[in-house]
Amino acid sequence: MSIALPGFADPVRDAQGCFRAVLEAMATPGSLHAAGTGLRAPEPLDPATAAVLLTLADADTPLWLAPDCLPARDWISFHCGASVSDDIARAAFAVARALPDLAHLHAGSDEAPEDSATLILQVRGFGAGKPLRLAGPGLAAPAALTIDGIPENFVAAWQDSHTLYPLGIDMILCAGTTLAALPRSVRITEG
Amino acid sequence: MPAEIAERRRWMSILARASAEAMESCIHASVPLPDYIRLRGPETGLVMTRGRTGGGGAPFNLGEMTVTRCSVRSAGGQIGHAYVAGREARRAELAARLDAGLQDPLLREALQRDVIEPLAQAQQAAREKVARRAAATRVEFFTMATMRTDDRSRA
Repeated sequence: MSIALPGFADPVRDAQGCFRAVLEAMATPGSLHAAGTGLRAPEPLDPATAAVLLTLADADTPLWLAPDCLPARDWISFHCGASVSDDIARAAFAVARALPDLAHLHAGSDEAPEDSATLILQVRGFGAGKPLRLAGPGLAAPAALTIDGIPENFVAAWQDSHTLYPLGIDMILCAGTTLAALPRSVRITEG
Repeated sequence: MPAEIAERRRWMSILARASAEAMESCIHASVPLPDYIRLRGPETGLVMTRGRTGGGGAPFNLGEMTVTRCSVRSAGGQIGHAYVAGREARRAELAARLDAGLQDPLLREALQRDVIEPLAQAQQAAREKVARRAAATRVEFFTMATMRTDDRSRA
């Protein structure tokens, strides 16, 4: 049974620690932070991905899981109480290991841009592969981020989504016990 | 309802009503419970209890009550859950461990015999004692009974 793994050992402290990591990551796009250390995550999720879900997802946030993440569905429902929906357009959080079409995610509305979806993308790692150049709020000087296993069309998809600003998708990238974030305000170019 | 679920429902309801001391003394006299890890809790929170009102039986929110819940996985792989009234973490954890143990075919018979049946008998005896005391002062409200019948026939 897939709920056979515990959640956070200390739910309050661990969730607060992970929330702080997400906050710092969003404030400084592309910076790396530890999350989910010591957490045993259900297949196929990494500890950082599982920790972000335990921290952010609850009964008020419809979740969409990519088909290859569905084995973790019972564990997420049990520990977060979040409802897993098949409808990506209604999701507050989407969890995937490959880049879904960002146009399918809810980008918010002019009245409530904060209602948009956040994509939790699990990647292989950081520090290898083609570097991305990040610029925008939170970065005094352009920063570099390298993502191992970055989807082929990532930069083009991001630039498309960025044209919707102030609407758009925020992204949390997770690998192992490390996370980084790309808020919708960040501009990404290759190189 | 499948018999397996009905049976589990019965023992879970008995465990939810039992005190920690009663469960411990029964466990002491029975087979040892397997090792376990905590999956969730024990943690205390509030649940909204609902009641039914009037002759029509419309539901309403009666009020919130304090509940402690716990989920464990025993060494045999069974997952036990417990929700008990109050704030007693130890009681919720014992009930969850017993729920996991009772799902193990090797332990079920011994635990049913040594834990569930004695607790069920004690709870039944306590219920009957209260019922006897209440029955001694019973008053029949004929008018209200008639009103209820009318209400139901309209609905």
